[in-house]
Amino acid sequence: MNIHEYQGKQVLREFGVKVPNGHVAYTVDEAVEAAKKLGSAVTVVKAQIHAGGRGKAGGVKVAKNLDEVRTYANEILGKTLVTHQTGSEGKEVKRLLIEEGCDIKKEYYVGVVLDRATSRVVMMASEEGGTEIEEVAAETPEKIFKEVIDPIVGLAPYQARRLAFNINIPDELVGKAVKFMTGLYDAFIAKDCSIAEINPLVTTGDGEVLALDAKLNFDDNALYRQPEIMELRDLEEEDEKEIEASKYDLSYVALDGNIGCMVNGAGLAMSTMDIIKYFGGEPANFLDVGGGATAEKVTEAFKIILSDPNVKGIFVNIFGGIMKCDVIAEGVVEATKQVGLEIPLVVRLEGTNVDLGKKILNESGLNITSADSMADGAQKIVAMVK
Amino acid sequence: MGVYLNKDTKVIVQGITGGTARFHTKQMLEYGTKIVGGVTPKKGGSEVEGVPVFNTLQEAVSKTGATVSVVYVPAPFAADAILEAVDAELDLVICITEHIPVMDMVKVKRYMEGKKTRLIGPNCPGVITSDECKVGIMPGYIHTKGHIGVVSRSGTLTYEAVHQLSQAGYGQTSAVGIGGDPVNGTNFIDVLKAFNEDPETEAVVMIGEIGGTAEEEAAEWVKANMTKPVVGFIGGATAPPGKRMGHAGAIISGGKGTAEEKIRVMNECGIAVADTPAVIGETMIKVLKEKGLDQKCKTH
Repeated sequence: MNIHEYQGKQVLREFGVKVPNGHVAYTVDEAVEAAKKLGSAVTVVKAQIHAGGRGKAGGVKVAKNLDEVRTYANEILGKTLVTHQTGSEGKEVKRLLIEEGCDIKKEYYVGVVLDRATSRVVMMASEEGGTEIEEVAAETPEKIFKEVIDPIVGLAPYQARRLAFNINIPDELVGKAVKFMTGLYDAFIAKDCSIAEINPLVTTGDGEVLALDAKLNFDDNALYRQPEIMELRDLEEEDEKEIEASKYDLSYVALDGNIGCMVNGAGLAMSTMDIIKYFGGEPANFLDVGGGATAEKVTEAFKIILSDPNVKGIFVNIFGGIMKCDVIAEGVVEATKQVGLEIPLVVRLEGTNVDLGKKILNESGLNITSADSMADGAQKIVAMVK
Repeated sequence: MGVYLNKDTKVIVQGITGGTARFHTKQMLEYGTKIVGGVTPKKGGSEVEGVPVFNTLQEAVSKTGATVSVVYVPAPFAADAILEAVDAELDLVICITEHIPVMDMVKVKRYMEGKKTRLIGPNCPGVITSDECKVGIMPGYIHTKGHIGVVSRSGTLTYEAVHQLSQAGYGQTSAVGIGGDPVNGTNFIDVLKAFNEDPETEAVVMIGEIGGTAEEEAAEWVKANMTKPVVGFIGGATAPPGKRMGHAGAIISGGKGTAEEKIRVMNECGIAVADTPAVIGETMIKVLKEKGLDQKCKTH
C-alpha cells in the first residue's frame, strides 16, 4: 500500500526523523492559511499524488510570498499530472503539501528495502541525491553504499556512521545523520514497510539533516496489524476495481485489454495473460482468486471483471489444488445468474474435484465454451472477441 | 527415490483442525502419506481423520517420531509455527500458508541459520514424491511416477507442467513448490542440487516468474554444476513494471526482474525455455530426445 508524502513525513516524525514543517491543504484557501501559519520566507507547494516525478511534471513550485502560494495552489490543485509513474492518463491532484522552504547545502539519497538475495533488510545511501536511484545504480554503482542489517541487532550505530562517512556527510553532521538513519530503520520495521525511500535527504545551511521527500510503501500482508497505516489509505488514488477486489481479498490488477481473466494462483494468472497475448489477444486484467476462495468470492470476482466496460470476453482458467473446481463452477453460475452474461465465456477446469465442477457447469444451461487445455482456452477466447 | 520425501516419511500437520488442513489431511492420507499426528493448541486429545491431535509440536514429535511437518496455520501465526518446527529439530517443514508478513519471514530465516531444519515455502503448494508421499495441496491424481524433477515458484504452474508431462507419458520423481514470496526457505539452487544428486531423476523442469534474480542465479549454477538437462519457463512476460502480480515476490522494479532478462540468462546457460506455459511438456520431450533420454523417461 502507498501513502502520500505528507503522511509519510508524519510517520517519520514519530520516529525522530527530521522533516520540514508543513501542512496538508485540500483547497487554495487552506493552502494560503497553511503558508501563513508556517511564516517562512519561502514556501514550497507540492502536489500529493501516489507517484514520483512530480517536480518534472510541474507539481512542485517554490513560492516567495502568499500571493504566489495562492497562484501555485490554484494552478496545481485539480491539475492532472502525467509522470513516468502515472501512466499516460495521469493523476488528478486533490491534495497539496504546503511546506517551509529550506536552505539546501547538498542532496543525498537514503533508502531501506528488503534484499531478497540475503533475506535481510538493507539500507542504501548515496551522495547522488535528487536523481533516480536506478540511474545512479546503472551508471555509477560505486556511488551506492549498502549495509545489510541483522534483524536481531537492528541498524547498528557503526553501520549508520559508515554510511554517513561513505557518502561524505560533513563530520559535524554525522551524528545527526546517524540519528536520522536509525529513525528511518526503526520506522521501516515498526510499520512493516516494504520501501522507505528518502530522495533527497538534505543538509541545510543551518546545520540540519532533513528528509525533503519521503516515499513509504507498506507490506500488504502486514496491514492487519497496522491499523494506523490503514487509516492513511487514499482510495481516490487507487483503481476502483482494485479497491473492490481487495475487499474480497482478491488479487486484481487492471490492464488495458479486452479479455477478462479469472485464474487461481499468481503464476498461472500471469501466464494466462502471457498466453492470451501470445495468441494475439490483450488481457483486461490480472486476477488471482487465491487458494481459499468461496463461491461468493468467485461471484464477486466475476462481477468485478464484468464491471470493466472494455471486457468483450472472459477466460476462466483454473487448475485446482487448494481451490476446488466445484467451488469455482458454483461461483461462475451464481455470478452469471446475478449479473447476466452477454459476452463469450470460455472455461478451462482441471485439478481437485474437476468432474464435479464440469458437471455443475454442464447442468447450468449457461452458454459456456469449455476448453481442454490452457492453450485451447486462450485460442478460443481470442478468436471469440475478434 | 525422489527428493525430500519418500514412502516412509512420517508427517505432522500443524494447524490440523482448520478447514483447509482437514480437507488436505484427508487428501494426503488417501494418497498414502503417513500422516502420524496433528497440532492445534487446546485441541490436544482429539482426532482429525483418525489422526491424533496434540497441543504442542514437541509432544507430537516425541510421541510419533515424525521428521517432517506441514504448516496450514493462518498467516498471523504461521511464522511462529515454523519456529516451533525448527525448535523441534524436524528435518523439513513445509509451509503452505500465504500472506505471511515479510518481516516475520526475515526473522524466521535469521533464526534458522545454523539449525538443521530445512524450510520449503511459505506460500507454496508443497512437495510430492510420485506414488509415495504427498505433503501439501497439489492434486495427487495428475502426478505419475517417473524420472523428471519439477521445481517451481508457482503452485498452479507446477500442476500445469506436471499434468502436461503425465499426459504425454513422462512421469516425475518429485515436484517441489518453493513458493512465491520474496523470502523463502529453499531456493531453486537447493532443489536443483537435490535433483542432481537423486539417482532416479534424469531431467528437471524449473518454473520461475518475474521479480528478483533467483532464476538467473540458478541458471548460472546449472551451467557450472548440473549434469542433467534443465528446461525452463518464466511467467509474467507481459506484466507491467511496478505492479505486484499477486505473489509478493512477483514485481518488476527498477528495471530488475523482467522475464526477458531471465530467459536471456537461462538460454545462455543452456536451459531450453518454453515459449508458453502450454508447451513446457513438449519442450522437455524435445530436449529428452536430443539427449537420448527419451526412452528411459517415457514411463507410460
